[in-house]
Amino acid sequence: MGGRMPTAVALEDATVAFRLADARIYTAVEKASLSVEQGEFVAIVGPTGCGKSTLLNVAAGLLKPAAGAVRIFDAPLTGLNRDAGYLFQADALFPWKTALDNVAIGLEIKGVSHTEARARAQKWLTSVGLGAFAGRYPHMLSGGQRKRVGLAQVLIRDPKILLMDEPFGPLDAQTRQIMGNLLLELWNADRKAVLFVTHDLEEAIALADRVVIMSAGPSARIIGDWRVTLKRPRDISEVRMEKEFHELHREIWSVLKDEVMKGYAQSTQAAGAG
Amino acid sequence: MSRLTLLALQILVAVVALALWQLFATVPVFGKILLPPFFFSTPIDVASQIVKWFSSGVIWKHLFITLLESALAFVIGSIAGILVGFWFARQPRVAAVFDPYVKMINALPRVVLAPIFALWLGLGIWSKVALGVTLVFFIVFFNVYQGVKEVSATVLDNGRMLGMNERQLTRHVYWPSALSWMFSSLHTAVGFAVVGAVVGEYLGSAAGLGYLIQQAEGIFDVAAVFAGMFVLSAFVILIDFGVTLVERRLLVWRPAAAEGRG
Repeated sequence: MGGRMPTAVALEDATVAFRLADARIYTAVEKASLSVEQGEFVAIVGPTGCGKSTLLNVAAGLLKPAAGAVRIFDAPLTGLNRDAGYLFQADALFPWKTALDNVAIGLEIKGVSHTEARARAQKWLTSVGLGAFAGRYPHMLSGGQRKRVGLAQVLIRDPKILLMDEPFGPLDAQTRQIMGNLLLELWNADRKAVLFVTHDLEEAIALADRVVIMSAGPSARIIGDWRVTLKRPRDISEVRMEKEFHELHREIWSVLKDEVMKGYAQSTQAAGAG
Repeated sequence: MSRLTLLALQILVAVVALALWQLFATVPVFGKILLPPFFFSTPIDVASQIVKWFSSGVIWKHLFITLLESALAFVIGSIAGILVGFWFARQPRVAAVFDPYVKMINALPRVVLAPIFALWLGLGIWSKVALGVTLVFFIVFFNVYQGVKEVSATVLDNGRMLGMNERQLTRHVYWPSALSWMFSSLHTAVGFAVVGAVVGEYLGSAAGLGYLIQQAEGIFDVAAVFAGMFVLSAFVILIDFGVTLVERRLLVWRPAAAEGRG
């Protein structure tokens, strides 16, 4: 590789702190350095409450780090990250818009005409398997269907970076696998840079090119970085049967396990710490 | 219970109540009339009074006046409530400055304002509209304010990440949320618009249902007082039905369980 391609997302010693109600400072993430290259799928795994989502919000520009730098395609990030699409953990669809309008809105606010935006939105709904549900309002859709609409809503804008915050967290195990395969299929078409947060190590290995492990909070740090070399295209349920998957899982879990226990101990001892 | 049985039972309640009323107003029990017609009238007298009003056509003018006052109070109060509610919700500093005064005015029983409005605006429709506006305004204002404040942080962040600027956020996020809260209080707001109009008329006017009731009371025509009350409640039920139709149309996106807020 001669000329280096600009790195899609680069966090350099990013520290994130919040002021608590009683004026104490709570450091969620300390000196985290992380990079996502173009076309790379990176998963962040860590125990509950370790600040994975915080890190994602920093990359999105929704949160400003107290110290450290954020670079998007080698340019310092100011304000919101305009190159990124964000798939939230909680329901983020506009409840007063139909599935079709929810997907079309991303284009409409860019100035695309109403008719064209809706036509393109219909195509996206079809590609996430919801072509027949265009007229439904979010409350008429199942949790999995809402996630599909959310995926279409983000992807229709064709962001260069995809940020995903435990997007399939609330879904049941079968639906998660189906959604994982759908995500890989869509991602395979144009290989955007992806930063995917999850607490599920198996999901992370099955989806990603790299798995990054965070320690338990507060002051969570990045404590491990593994490359996943399982061949693509992958099928989420089949890839779990492979030997390499098991070896990697055992290796990462030996590190993650201690952190999960620590995180659990903290969350049971100090309720209200954040 | 099937719908038919329910309807039959509901009608039965009315029939029994009216029959008892008629009975005690005309037939002495142990030598005493329990409901003297001078104070309680009789269902038949009340009904014939209603028929007389409608057949002679006098009632239409009064109904129209009350409807006009209610409608004006509702429209003006709602527009003012939406604008101020939106403004306060988006400008927390303005809201903080005005907060004690809003609370103070809202704590005031609005009926005491009626004489002032009559003094300022005369005995025509506008003093009644003003009274209705003070009632409607606060309901709409509080709901719109709440609607803007309670927008889900995630939905808001999603809007921002999708590239919305402040104007687009207002149009696609704050506005629909505020309107949904306002519509959920539509029944209350419309009801208060009618209350404002009728109370205003009752306290001093030359036309309207409140005027009709007040006039009848002045000459101890109890049948006409009851007749006025019946016409008024039928009138409110009709308006309420209309509101339900509008609401169903506007809030299709809302899950059924969340309806009836406010």
